[in-house]
Amino acid sequence: MMEEKHALTPNQWIDNYADYLYNFTISRVNNSDLAKDLLQETFLAGLKSAKNFQGKATERTWLVSILKRKIIDHYRKINSKKGQAEVRIDFYDDGENKGSWIEERVPQNWDNTSEKQIEREELRNQLGACIDKLPEKYAMVFRMKTVQEFETEEICKELGITSSNLWVMIHRARIQLRKCMEDNWFNN
Amino acid sequence: MFRNLKITCDQATTICDKNQYSEASIKDKIRLYIHLILCRICVKYTKQNTTLSNLYKGHAQYCKDVKHCLSGKDKEDLKASLEKNKE
Repeated sequence: MMEEKHALTPNQWIDNYADYLYNFTISRVNNSDLAKDLLQETFLAGLKSAKNFQGKATERTWLVSILKRKIIDHYRKINSKKGQAEVRIDFYDDGENKGSWIEERVPQNWDNTSEKQIEREELRNQLGACIDKLPEKYAMVFRMKTVQEFETEEICKELGITSSNLWVMIHRARIQLRKCMEDNWFNN
Repeated sequence: MFRNLKITCDQATTICDKNQYSEASIKDKIRLYIHLILCRICVKYTKQNTTLSNLYKGHAQYCKDVKHCLSGKDKEDLKASLEKNKE
């Protein structure tokens, strides 16, 4: 039986796929201007490589694969930016007691942990603000793993990183988030 | 044998974070629990981490419920850009 071949209809890309692809992008980069730029680059790259489309995948799957490549390129760019001021706080000693908590960064008792608080919009806003303060690469990996609940393997494949890299980034993201929430919510 | 089970606070909290996603191995969990017997600070971190994980789950659900759409103008701009590049 002949397999159905899919065709490209660039005139309908925006109407058919723009919202889907925009959602896909914003869930990873969480910045609407950047998401729009990546989307535009994707459509333009799609136009350029339309002659290579073999029709084996659907048009949407093909556009998603181009978009994923654009997101990886963006991730690699932010990951390799030389001299970028990364807001990285050390929580553990690097000297004689290597790996032990630094005294002033030890977790404090929290005043404000009732379950009801979790429903509050203010709390959600504070959490969003703390995630936005993370270095971009940590925020991206944290969102993909914790918010979008992607499988570890999928993130590693999508971003071209090892699972050890991923867990180090998740740990750094979570420990900075913990501190931010402690300072701005639980003990504020 | 026991020397292999001894870990630092940095390693313990990394395992604790991994465990929040149920992805820590049995060996890692044993190392974490032994560390927790000896380290009250990491016990506190672990308890607070569970609270935070619940918070993140609530946030994840909220984010999934929100659907982002492009405005009509954004779509028109995209169409114009595509048209320009077709020529």
